[in-house]
Amino acid sequence: MTIADRQNEIVEEFEMFEDWIGRYEYLIELGKTLPLIDEKYKTEDNLIKGCQSQVWLHADTQNNKVIFTADSDAILTKGLIALMIRVLSDESPDKIASADMGFVDKIGLKEHLSPTRANGLLSMIKQMKYYAIALQSR
Amino acid sequence: MITTSQLGLDIQKIRARFPILNQKVNGQDLVYLDNAASNQKPIEVIQAIDTYYKTINSNVHRGVHHLSQVATDAYELSREKVRKHLNAAHTHEVIFTRGTTESINLVASGLGKGLVKEGDEIVITAMEHHSNIVPWQMLCEQTGAKLRVIPMNSKGELELEEAKQILNEKTKLLSFCHVSNALGTINPAKELIQMAHAVGAWVMVDGAQATPHLTVDVQALDADFYAFSSHKIYGPTGIGILYGKEELLNLLPPYQGGGEMIKSVSFEKTTYAELPHKFEAGTPSIAEGVALGSAIDFMNELGMDNIAAHENALLGYAHQELKKFANIRFVGEAKNKASVVSFLLGDHHPFDVGMILDKLGIAVRTGHHCTQPIMAQFEIPGTVRASFSVYNTFDEVDKLIAGLKKVEQMLG
Repeated sequence: MTIADRQNEIVEEFEMFEDWIGRYEYLIELGKTLPLIDEKYKTEDNLIKGCQSQVWLHADTQNNKVIFTADSDAILTKGLIALMIRVLSDESPDKIASADMGFVDKIGLKEHLSPTRANGLLSMIKQMKYYAIALQSR
Repeated sequence: MITTSQLGLDIQKIRARFPILNQKVNGQDLVYLDNAASNQKPIEVIQAIDTYYKTINSNVHRGVHHLSQVATDAYELSREKVRKHLNAAHTHEVIFTRGTTESINLVASGLGKGLVKEGDEIVITAMEHHSNIVPWQMLCEQTGAKLRVIPMNSKGELELEEAKQILNEKTKLLSFCHVSNALGTINPAKELIQMAHAVGAWVMVDGAQATPHLTVDVQALDADFYAFSSHKIYGPTGIGILYGKEELLNLLPPYQGGGEMIKSVSFEKTTYAELPHKFEAGTPSIAEGVALGSAIDFMNELGMDNIAAHENALLGYAHQELKKFANIRFVGEAKNKASVVSFLLGDHHPFDVGMILDKLGIAVRTGHHCTQPIMAQFEIPGTVRASFSVYNTFDEVDKLIAGLKKVEQMLG
């Protein structure tokens, strides 16, 4: 499955929900499936600075594919990062770096893309792409 | 639903004067409980800005022409309204700034120009907003002075006995919040000012959270400097006040250079204007200054005591209802509190709580409230904060409680 395929799959899943309650409850469930970052990587360097909740993100490579792990102290944030990881993890660095993440708009979570939300979703995506670019140039 | 406060304020009538409140957010009636961050504006304030631009807009203190004079009169009338509202001795002791933050920076910057030196001490408290910490840290870095902090207890009250030890003959200035934005604590301002004056220190009071709720009398307090922001007292953003005693404002060098603040300029020597213009370089926020006067009129029309009584009733009711949650943790349980309730619900992160409340149309503040040292003391990432203004209702408190029940149901 390509990045676009996985995005379409998520868009379809979110279409099942009639309102925000369903979407948020699903996000909370997704948060529980997040591939957790190893405690040793929960360092200041791996912390994505957002005003509201803390997010730790780590990237590794396996067979030239980037594998992301993460954690957050807020469950909705965990759900969001779980979605991002599902879309971008296990892909080649160049595909991650050039991925269009506009699908977030289509799943009724547009509010999280606003920089004023300060929940760090934009920073998360940016950081994931930075990791990919860094690994790419290695 | 209770719509009228015990003191006879008709809250529904007051609400009708706030156009912004009559709207849906995410399909729900807006419940605005983020008043400590910025409160809403009555129609009179909005119209004052509109009327200013439609009828008298021009630059102040400069032109001999009609509009300039009318604009100057309107702007200066606001200054006088602020003076009266704070019971300052002189109108020229009222300086227009961009807000509390700039007012504090103005004083800190002035003291850095030769009035504070190495070995001096600046004292703040453990419950300050970052804007009443960082300017003093910068001053200390610049001058070699030492920053000292009056601690607070677990209820969010200052340790006055320790304050007596910390304030000493080396203390140049004490700066503290009259009311804490994160905890709601009303500090014993008069007592603290007396303690600082007893050792010969000046006192700056951050009144950003006090002016919306309390009657402030700078002469009765004997404050040397008192700062507040217009946007927290039903006025526009971008304007605020620094009150300072005449002799201290005369002692303080200018903050910024430019037009308006000068008496005469030559390439050899510039002499500065008299108070208050010495601190008001450049064209000020005239429309906002004029509208601030309307905001003060609004508060005085309702009466500060009536506003406080209604807000206190809301605060009491909110506490009573929030206590019914088995896993509620209040952050800030001072005996003397203004209309702020900060709390945590179980282990739920404030961000999660705030996001779900937002979906229900309820605006609260979540996070560290620009008071990271407070959050560090309580060892928490932040809080959920509901804060009330005069237009809030008991029904809105009920909606907050119902919203929190939904939060519990969703987050488990």
